Amino acid sequence: MAKTAKSNKITGNIIFYLLLVIILICATFPFIWMVLASFKSMVDLLNVDKMFIFKPTFQPYLDVFSKYDFLRPIFNSLLVGVVSTVLSLIFGLPTSYSIAREKQTIFSGIILVIRIIPAISFLVPWYIIFNKLGLTGTYTALILAHLLVSLPLIIWIMIPYYEQLPKELEQAAWVDGCSRVGTFFKIMLPLSTPGILTSSILAFIFSWNNFIFALVLGTNDTKTLPTAVFNFVSYTEINWSSLMAAAVLITLPILIISLALQRYVIAGLTAGAVKG
Amino acid sequence: MILKWVDKNLKYIFTLPTIIFVLAMILFPLGYTLVLSFFEWGMSNSVPMKFIGLENYTSLFTDDRFLPAVGRTFYFSAVALFFEVLLGVSIALFLNREMAGKNIVKTAFLLPMVATPVAVGLVWTLIYEPTIGIANVIVKAVGLKPLVWLGSPDTALASLMLVDIWQWTPMVMLVVLAGISSLSTEPFESAMVDGATKWQTLWKVTLPLLRPTIFTAILLRLIDVLKTFDIIYATTQGGPGFATETMNILSFRHAFEYFQFGKASATLVIFFVIVLSIAAIFIKVKNKVEVDY
Repeated sequence: MAKTAKSNKITGNIIFYLLLVIILICATFPFIWMVLASFKSMVDLLNVDKMFIFKPTFQPYLDVFSKYDFLRPIFNSLLVGVVSTVLSLIFGLPTSYSIAREKQTIFSGIILVIRIIPAISFLVPWYIIFNKLGLTGTYTALILAHLLVSLPLIIWIMIPYYEQLPKELEQAAWVDGCSRVGTFFKIMLPLSTPGILTSSILAFIFSWNNFIFALVLGTNDTKTLPTAVFNFVSYTEINWSSLMAAAVLITLPILIISLALQRYVIAGLTAGAVKG
Repeated sequence: MILKWVDKNLKYIFTLPTIIFVLAMILFPLGYTLVLSFFEWGMSNSVPMKFIGLENYTSLFTDDRFLPAVGRTFYFSAVALFFEVLLGVSIALFLNREMAGKNIVKTAFLLPMVATPVAVGLVWTLIYEPTIGIANVIVKAVGLKPLVWLGSPDTALASLMLVDIWQWTPMVMLVVLAGISSLSTEPFESAMVDGATKWQTLWKVTLPLLRPTIFTAILLRLIDVLKTFDIIYATTQGGPGFATETMNILSFRHAFEYFQFGKASATLVIFFVIVLSIAAIFIKVKNKVEVDY
């Protein structure tokens, strides 16, 4: 009896891990495919018999930088991502603290509505307004646009974070004669570091990935990586190897951040979804 | 003195930058879109805006692209959402056990949803490429006829649904997995004491307890799937023909390809109302279900 139970358990385990491997392959296959294609010469890529066995080459990566202008978009993406995230923190942290402590629930409602509205609803008026102000194609326009994603995101993640920090800590500081503003900067901000980390990582990832804003508001000089890579496709002949090399380069920083800070990224993405 | 004044008005001062942002970048533009939707304007300096009342709206319903785009948006969203929830919940329940390398597995599931959508779109374009893509190699290997995937109006939308399902099933899975780990163990212990089978426990205990979590996951996905833009625009731009033209893509084309801002604004106002009402209705249903339970 005991023996069959044990062997049943082993069979169960084998089936479990087999299924798991299949699911994992499905989840990661496009990435594996992207990396494989990015190391193929065009000849090998067009040969269906050389799907998995081929002579790797770095040429596609060299081509990305020599044939296409790729450094500029990298710089643009970093600049827009970092500045919009930092600005969102400066605006968003005091706001979320105030909403959490003063129970300004109307703001949570507004943030939710912003989250629901299609981003393109703002793009048409922005495009016209930025044009009138002479801001089209500037970093200012792009950064302002990216704030639409990162500011609500940061507030959304930080409100519950401040709500769950015990009030006693602040009250003790007030009794000691510290002002409310001082308490916020000296006590609440340092205490909320994990939340700040979570929300700013996500804000940066969403800014880095954002496509539609730079597509409309960017110019050749200011366009960010997704738009730049998208424009590669419109060249007369698609150079698939270089295109995949570009896709690898644009995804790589996000993958590294997600691997290194997995716990924070998952916490941010599922924020507000599960109330314990 | 100043500090005291600041402390007293903290709730206004701390929220002021955000209020200004919301007014200038969100409320004002939304009003502007609404106003534009009553005008005809091609953003030209020589031809002024012309007030045409509701004509932009009425013309949409005789337009042969608008209603199909609305239908497509719902069709795409419904199918993608259905499979994302079904697969996401199943995989989360499947993974809910002692296992080696759980963190690696979670990271693998994180990748599709955090990877840059444009890059994802391009990779899938290569996978779907009829002559050199691996999709047809697999299809042929199982003995089926090769497809044109994104290249044919018959299969393009379904091919994009598959991409969306691949990309966002992990979202549902991670939310449900987080929900499972927050459940208390008591109901499961009593179920075991009462001699419930695994199957009974799943249907009578686990799933009912997870209902609020699953509803939240559906809400999060619902809001985003209706607005899917990146993977569609990066792969087909709404084509071939108009086969993958959803409301989002259609309004984008009206605005930034044909520069018909009035018509684009009218489309956007309708799109906006639809997305907001669906979300509001769903939130109502969700709250009711949670209270009932």
